[in-house]
Order: sequence, then C-alpha cells, then structure tokens
Amino acid sequence: MRPFEEDFKSLNDTLLSMGSLVAHSVQRSVLSLVEKNEDYAHQVIRDESRVDQMEIKIDDMVTSLIVREQPVARDMRLVVAAIKITTDLERMGDLAVHIAERALSLMVLPPLPATINFGDLANLVESMVLGSLDSFVKRDPETARGIVTADDAVDKARNEIQHRLIELMQTDAATVSRALEYIIVARKLERIGDHATNIAEDVIFLTQGIDVRHRVAEVV
Amino acid sequence: MAVNQPQPTSLSMTSESTAAAQTATPKMRASNVNFYYGKFHALHDVNLEFATNKVTALIGPSGCGKSTFLRNLNRINETLRDTRLEGEIALDGENILDMDVTEIRRRIGMVFQRPNPFPKSIFENITYGPKINGRLKGQSAADLVEKSLRRAALWEEVKDKLHESAYALSGGQQQRLCIARALAVDPEVLLLDEPCSALDPIATAKIEDLLVTIKDQCTIVIVTHNMQQAARVADTTGFFLLGKLIEHNKTDVIFKNPSKKETEDYITGRFG
Amino acid sequence: MSLRNARRNTINNVMLTLCGLCAFLTVSTLFLILGYLVYNGGKSVNWAFFTRLPLPPGQDGGGLANAIAGSAMIVGMAAAIGLPVGFLAGVYLAEFGGKTISFWIRYTADLLNGIPSIVIGILAWGLIVVSMHRFSAIAGSIALSLMLIPITARSTEHFLLEVPRAMREGALALGATRWRTLATVIVPAARKGIMTGMILGVARISGETAPLLFTALNNQFWSNGPMDQTASLPVMIYTLALSPYDDWHRQAWAAGLVLLGLVLLATITARMIVSRGASLPR
Repeated sequence: MRPFEEDFKSLNDTLLSMGSLVAHSVQRSVLSLVEKNEDYAHQVIRDESRVDQMEIKIDDMVTSLIVREQPVARDMRLVVAAIKITTDLERMGDLAVHIAERALSLMVLPPLPATINFGDLANLVESMVLGSLDSFVKRDPETARGIVTADDAVDKARNEIQHRLIELMQTDAATVSRALEYIIVARKLERIGDHATNIAEDVIFLTQGIDVRHRVAEVV
Repeated sequence: MAVNQPQPTSLSMTSESTAAAQTATPKMRASNVNFYYGKFHALHDVNLEFATNKVTALIGPSGCGKSTFLRNLNRINETLRDTRLEGEIALDGENILDMDVTEIRRRIGMVFQRPNPFPKSIFENITYGPKINGRLKGQSAADLVEKSLRRAALWEEVKDKLHESAYALSGGQQQRLCIARALAVDPEVLLLDEPCSALDPIATAKIEDLLVTIKDQCTIVIVTHNMQQAARVADTTGFFLLGKLIEHNKTDVIFKNPSKKETEDYITGRFG
Repeated sequence: MSLRNARRNTINNVMLTLCGLCAFLTVSTLFLILGYLVYNGGKSVNWAFFTRLPLPPGQDGGGLANAIAGSAMIVGMAAAIGLPVGFLAGVYLAEFGGKTISFWIRYTADLLNGIPSIVIGILAWGLIVVSMHRFSAIAGSIALSLMLIPITARSTEHFLLEVPRAMREGALALGATRWRTLATVIVPAARKGIMTGMILGVARISGETAPLLFTALNNQFWSNGPMDQTASLPVMIYTLALSPYDDWHRQAWAAGLVLLGLVLLATITARMIVSRGASLPR
C-alpha cells in the first residue's frame, strides 16, 4: 500500500474508533437511565473529552490530506464525509453526556408512579447508531438507506413517550419536574437518532456520490 | 438527478434553446476511430464528441493514446510514416478525411508540448499563418498581430519588441506566442498537447486563465497529464487507457464520482 | 602510490603526450605549408600577378590574370550548375528520406563522392570534349559540378534534418503545404548551415586539378568564353611547376599561395557565418 493510501486508511480507522466510542457512550447513557447505573453515567461523562480529542484529531488529518493529496473521487468523498461524520458523532457524544447527567439526577429522586417504556425508543436509536456505523464500515448504501427511513419510527416512539408523560403531569402535579426531565431525555434520544440519520446520509454520499439530504422519503 | 432550470442569462437561454443546445451538432465528433503505427494498434474504436465552445480535457497515463488521438484531429499524424487511420472524424458534420488537409489545419489549430516559435521576429511569427492562408489582405497586419497577442495575454509584455526574435522570450512567453500564432488564423477548434508541461506554475496559470477567455470563440481540446489542470479548466473530461476511451463525462462527475473503476484508480493515483 | 597506480598513471601520461604530439604535428603541417608558400611565392605576388598575362620565360612582370579569371569562370559555372541541383536533391532527401528511393539516391551520392577526380575528368572528356571536338571551360565546369552535387546534396540534407521536427509540425499545423513549410520555415532555419556547406564545397572544387586537365586544358592567353579552353589556377600551377624555368617556378609558388589564400578565406568566412548568432534554438 502506498503511503498516501495508508493515510486514508488511518483516517478511516480513526473515524471508526470515534464512532465505536460514541456508540458505547450512547448505550451506556441509556443503561444508566433505565437501570439507574451510576458507574455507566460517570463513564460516559469521562469519555466525553476523549470524543472531543478525536474530533480535533480527525479534522487535522482531513486538512492535511486535502493539502497534501488534493483528493478526488472516492478519496475526496471520504474526506468530505469524515468532516461531517465527526461533527455528528461529537454531537451524539454531547447528547449522551446530557442523558447521563439527567440519569444521575433522576436516580436519586423517587421513581414515577407510572412506568414509562423507554425501551422501544432506546432500542431503535441504538440500532440506528450501530447501523449507521456498520454501513460506514461496510460501505453499504442499502443499510444506510434503511436507517434514513427508520427516522419516522423514532419520532413516533418519542411522541408516544411524550404523550404519556404529559398525561401523567396533567393528573399528578407532583410529577411535573421529574416528568419534564424524562421528556427532555426522550428528545435527546430522538436527536441522537437524527444524527445517526445524518451519518447514514453521509455514507450514501460516500459510496454513491449522491446527496440525499433534506429530501422526501420516496426520493431516497 | 434533478436538474434546476437555469435562470435567464444575458444569452437569454429559454428552456427551448437549452433543449436545442443539448441536441445541437457537436463541433467535432470522432466515430469508431482506429489508428495504427505500422502494425501497432494504437487507438481502439474511439467514439468521442466535442461540444461547441467547451473545453474538453483528455487524461490518461503515458502511452494511453491521448496525444495520438489529438494529433488525428488535425491530421498531423499523416506526416509520420507508415500510419493508418480508420473511422470518421467530423467537423461540423463533415468528415475531415475528405476535406483539403491545409484547410482543415487552418480551421483546427494546434499548440505543441514544447514551444516551437519560428526563427523569425514575434511579428513575423504571428503573421505567418494568415499570410500563407491568404488571410492578410484587407486587414492591417499590425491590427491582427495586436489582436492575437491580446487574446493570448501576451500583448503588454511584447508590444515594444515585436520585431525582435521570438527566441528572446522566456519559455512561458514563447508558448503564449505559439497560442497567439495559432489564434491568428481564427481557428474554430484549438488543440493543445500538454501545453504547460514544460512551463513553471506561474506561466501555467497564465495559460489556463487565457483558455477560459478564448473558449467562447473556439472549441478547445487539451491533452494533459496534470489532473488538477483538467479539473480546473475543462468542462468535460475523457479518460484514455491503452488506446481506449474508458469514460467521458462532465469534469465534475469524473472527479467526484466516476463510473468506471479504471478511471477512479487512475485519478486517485492508485496506478499510473 | 601502489605499483599498479603508478603504472596506470604512466600509461595515461604517455598516451596523452602522444596524442598531443600528433595533434601538434597535424596543425603544424598547415603552418608549414603556409610558411613554405609564403617564403617561396610571397615575393611574386604583386599587382602584376593579378592583372597581367603570362609572359614567355625570361621576361619579368608577367602575371596569371587569365588563370584567376579562368578559375573564376569555371568554378562560377560549376557552382551555377552544381549548387541548385545539389540543393534541391538535398531537400528531396531530407523531406522524403527513409523510403527505398531515397536510400538509393543517398547511396549513389556517396559513391559519386568517392569517385577519384581524375576519373570524373576522363568521363567529362569522353562525353563532352570528344563530342564537341574541343576543350572548353564548360566541360570543366560540368566535371566540377559532378563533384559539387553530391557534396552539396549531403550537406544540405544534413542541415535540413537538424531543424527540429517541432518547427516543421508547427508550420504544417497552421495550414502550410509541405513545400511552403520547406521554403518559408525549414530552409531559412537551416540557411546558415546550408550556406556554409555550399561555400566549403565550392572552395573544394576550386582546387581540383585532375578534372580540368582533360576538359578545360589550359590557355596562355585570355579565354574566349565558356566554349574555349581556359586557364585555371590549379592547372597553371601544374604546368608552371613542371617547366624547367625558374621564374615560372616562382609564379607557381605565387599561384599556390593565392589559391590557398582563397580557400582559407572561404573556410574562415564559412566559420564566421556559422558562429555569429545561432539560427536554431538551443
């Protein structure tokens, strides 16, 4: 492999490491909420700085590659996709931290009178995150397309949770502050799903050179 | 891919004329071109069109046939021994192989890889073409020389030494002189065979800039081994490999998302 | 220094010294000839030499005006025939070279170059002098031109081929025909070399004696034109040197000096033309 090919491979691998780290953070943040696991929450908060460092490192690799190689075709698309993907991953990391922090404060409060099922939403979002990274690794646009269309299901799941919590707040005023926290967590999870969708769109650009952003579902 | 309707420009492109322009006769068209150096089959079934007033770049590794193909467009390969051309090359629909070769070469000009000015003054170099084609009458030679030198972005640098030898100029200036010389006969097509490969980056930039300004009077075909140059100046790009045209498309498409693996391997530097 | 090194260095020095000596020998030959001629003939080169006809032996004040004029006429006519023909033949060879016909033309020209000048003389004698029943300057000129043609052709061809191919293609690419390209670009680009070749060729034939012996013969008086036998410097030198008269010998020396002087002048002029300003790009 020629030296410049190694540089592109290094960029690819670093992106994957960052993605893997962020995916774990997302998983841990959800678990810290659902299972009230303090350790996971603290781990997510600690890992945050590592995620930020990787974003900086990847941006640096990208600018060097542009300057040295003037990349074209698939190399160019990898570089452009890398810039976008790191941004989405870094945001996902931030959101995971927010969820972990909320989990820590909710852990010490009494549980809600009704059970709110975060499971479906959490599973959907987790699978989207893992799926988007998987499509990147395999350079598989079909998997990526699947994730783009899954966004609707995430919105639906979040709306259900929100609806249930609003009902709860309307019946029992004492639950309001805790319920609000849960609503915010649900929204953060949904936002993580959005970022995973962005990554999937970037993978489609990377593999097929088509820009599918901001389009109606059928066109994709 | 969705196409946005262009806003009306000063050329008042309506949707009708856009459609017409897309189906208009290309300035030149090569059909099933095969070319042989003696027994060596240098070009295989090349089919390529050159749209009017556009710049087309031909890229490819050494020995791929791009220069050979270019040199067939003005039939200069006929001056070599033991060569054979099969197929058709049309200029405005007419086969150039049936036309008078000196007329062809007046209408299709060529600039070579190394500057090759004649051992005459700058002035005489430029008037040479029009003189031998009988186009100097009715037009002041001085006007023609100035016009050609301006088009080649060389006028300001040489206007005070028109009667000095062309060899007194630097390499980059000599090449622009050759371009001015070619433009002096008002060609419809200009062929450039790696025109900047012997020049430094500043001279190269000057020539790339002037190509953009002359293309609205001329159809340009440029062979280059510098892919960034093709990306910078060309509207469409064709990739040659081992005597075959592998792919030809808008430059943006070729460099962002080529359809053939060989094209991508070449432009990303994986081979060649 | 090891023994092997010492041996190598010795051989090196010996051989280089030998080369130097031989070079010196070669160069000094020219100066020897020049010196000898000046010594022996210098006194006799005066105004009368260039203006007076030869006088019988014993009488002073004669000259070789007729030989000088005769040489000029014969060489001039030879050049008028030989240079254009040689030039155009050279153009043909340069332009169409490589094919079978050109190969044979070139081969024949080289053979012609190698024919001894006396054989050319006999040939001209047999073809022209015998059929015209007279010795004449024109026969001499034709003989000399037969020598001039292959020299000129090959040298013209050589200099035309030196013109870079790119220049030719540049002219063709502007719509010039082959002939136009040759006439307006290639020949002008090669003109210095071609002119040099022509000058040197003419200088060479002006010293040829053998062909003139059978054709123009000699003449003690002014020649009556191209159809008459004519005196020429080389033949005069031959005749005068073989005579038993001292003052004729002196005249021969003078003639030799003048002839050599003219040839040197031509050669130096040719070199000056080439060296002063390049006509082709570096």
